[in-house]
Amino acid sequence: MKYVDEFRDEHLARGLAEAIGAAAGPDREYRLMEFCGGHTHAIFRYGVQDLMPPNVRFIHGPGCPVCVLPMARIDHAIALAAQHRVTLCTYADLMRVPASERQSLLKAKAAGADIRMVYSTQDALRIARADPARQVVFFAIGFETTTPPTAVAAKTARAEGLTNFSIFCNHVLTPPALRTILATAGPDGVQLDGILGPSHVSSVIGSQPYAFVPSEFSKPLVIAGFEPLDVMQSALLLIRQINEGRCAVENQYTRAVTADGNRKAQALMAEVFTTRDTFEWRGLGFLPHSALRLADAYADLDAEQRFPVDVGPVREVKGCECPAILRGVKEPTDCKLFGTVCTPDNPMGSCMVSSEGACAAYWSYGRFRGPRAA
Amino acid sequence: MNTDRRFPVRLDLKHGTVDMSHGAGGRAMAQLIAEVFLVHLDNDLLRQGNDQALFSPPPGRLVISTDGHVVAPLFFPGGDIGCLSVHGTINDVAMAGARPLYLAAGFILEEGYPLKDLVRIVESMAAAANAAGVPVVTGDTKVVERGKGDGVFITTTGVGVVPEGVSLSGDQARPGDAILVSGSLGDHGVAILSKRENLGFEVEIRSDTAALHTLVAAMVAAVPDLHCLRDPTRGGLATTLNELAHQSGVGMRIRESAIPIRPEVSAACELLGLDPLYVANEGKLIAICPAERAADLLAVMRAHPLGAAASRIGEVVADPHRFVQMETRFGGSRIVDWLAGEQLPRIC
Repeated sequence: MKYVDEFRDEHLARGLAEAIGAAAGPDREYRLMEFCGGHTHAIFRYGVQDLMPPNVRFIHGPGCPVCVLPMARIDHAIALAAQHRVTLCTYADLMRVPASERQSLLKAKAAGADIRMVYSTQDALRIARADPARQVVFFAIGFETTTPPTAVAAKTARAEGLTNFSIFCNHVLTPPALRTILATAGPDGVQLDGILGPSHVSSVIGSQPYAFVPSEFSKPLVIAGFEPLDVMQSALLLIRQINEGRCAVENQYTRAVTADGNRKAQALMAEVFTTRDTFEWRGLGFLPHSALRLADAYADLDAEQRFPVDVGPVREVKGCECPAILRGVKEPTDCKLFGTVCTPDNPMGSCMVSSEGACAAYWSYGRFRGPRAA
Repeated sequence: MNTDRRFPVRLDLKHGTVDMSHGAGGRAMAQLIAEVFLVHLDNDLLRQGNDQALFSPPPGRLVISTDGHVVAPLFFPGGDIGCLSVHGTINDVAMAGARPLYLAAGFILEEGYPLKDLVRIVESMAAAANAAGVPVVTGDTKVVERGKGDGVFITTTGVGVVPEGVSLSGDQARPGDAILVSGSLGDHGVAILSKRENLGFEVEIRSDTAALHTLVAAMVAAVPDLHCLRDPTRGGLATTLNELAHQSGVGMRIRESAIPIRPEVSAACELLGLDPLYVANEGKLIAICPAERAADLLAVMRAHPLGAAASRIGEVVADPHRFVQMETRFGGSRIVDWLAGEQLPRIC
């Protein structure tokens, strides 16, 4: 496959592995946090860890939008569908995320709620156009990568005068999450020496917003693509910075990311959305200015305003270590539920649901290595 | 010209639709059977008009298998529910090393379904059954109210006989055995998905739906000590290998670089966030045989049109965990697990 196979070439991988082996000094550890679930997925799917020396370790970060969505928001979505009988359009990953009381969107659908899986915002708009009598709510989720398409959907609905379309907005921002991870790193938190920065998010926001990582926290960050060679090359760039005692933002993913990012997409986001004062992240808690809601000019498209719901208190699953895993403090195999009661077929925590979640990646691709191999 | 005096007015196969009377057991049902099913699926046993087909089986052990078909959309690139329902059951019978003899078909039709589309489906079934030499010898028709079905559901049951000396079963994979596949993987699932989601790829990806019994006959004749055969339908290669590993109490090691996948299927999966190893096939089989017979078996498979792209993809190993592991093209190694839930596209 053109433009893909080149980034999965085993000969190049071997060359990079040798370079990493030579660069990584044997006397120290290199603890590299890959921010995104996309990186985690690539590391496991292609067996990248096998090509690394034992003292280069990947620590899995919180960059999986499904994983960081707090249970309260799934409860809210289920209530929207159940209490207001709306048609709730969602990406498939969310269907099996556990909600309170052992609920999930999938179970709510089976119980009669009108919940549909869509591939894009455009599918949701199509459903709304086709049936003007039906209230259609799009369950918007994701980092800065998926936010511009939601903005386009809002503008399209406005332009077409679609009064039966609204957005349940859960878009979150990457830099505040990164800041929280770094601010809590250290003896009590996660120990890390460098960060593999988001790739697709950075194609929208650019590399500029990460300047605080070296300046405030003295850690190197390399924006890394999602292909396995991207991940390896970025690891090498980080190891070199660590060896040289440097810390800077470097961009490995130059084929998509510039310093300024996609200005047009940023302008769209700024027009349609505004920053929330605070928002809850699974694992990280309430973070100030870390998420988006619809701007006042688009408030009529805000499903939270259009359909007020009555949601009970959140019931977290006891023993689930997703929060600590999302901070990089624990590994999936440290969780008592991992592989015993929590598997992709019967997930107890969000990290086991999404294909980008660390627990799902461990279970699906890597459990033969683990101490608790099933 | 209408020669059947029971039905002075012929069914309107251009504009007519299925109605509740077509499943009620009366004259309307008899007419539907006569003018839609019998016309196309015609054979001696079906024409007898009994509620069952009576025949003397040839010598050998009998095999029976059944398969319900609920595909959406009903028509897809490379096939439709009609030929799929013939191929699917023939393949399930053939995977025992059997020669399929006859099929039975049960139709559940939704009220309001256009007769002209039903005719297309039955024509396709008939063409598939004729080409395979496996007639549909008995059947059943039911109609459900509009909104209670999805156009047409077809359940087919097949019977066949296993030749003397052939004994295939999913629990016979042994450490050291070779694992072979008959051709490229993922074509059917991607063909269906590309239509279902209106994805509009520039290159049309066609389903691989096909009856594999002649390929199986050639394989069994050449290598009668074959251990297992299975067709990797829902859940794809990954899930089928896990089933076989579990049944046989063994592990498997496969090589990603040896697994045949068409570039267009690979590209579509990349785009949709799917793993082709988990995508359904309808005209492919997995064979497990003693390592020393693998070269012969591969040669026989490649000599058959449905096995031209056959490949030896790995080996059975001893492993108490019964894991299927894969050497990645990239030089690493990973588990290839059972499919969990539906295959979920990534969102970021």
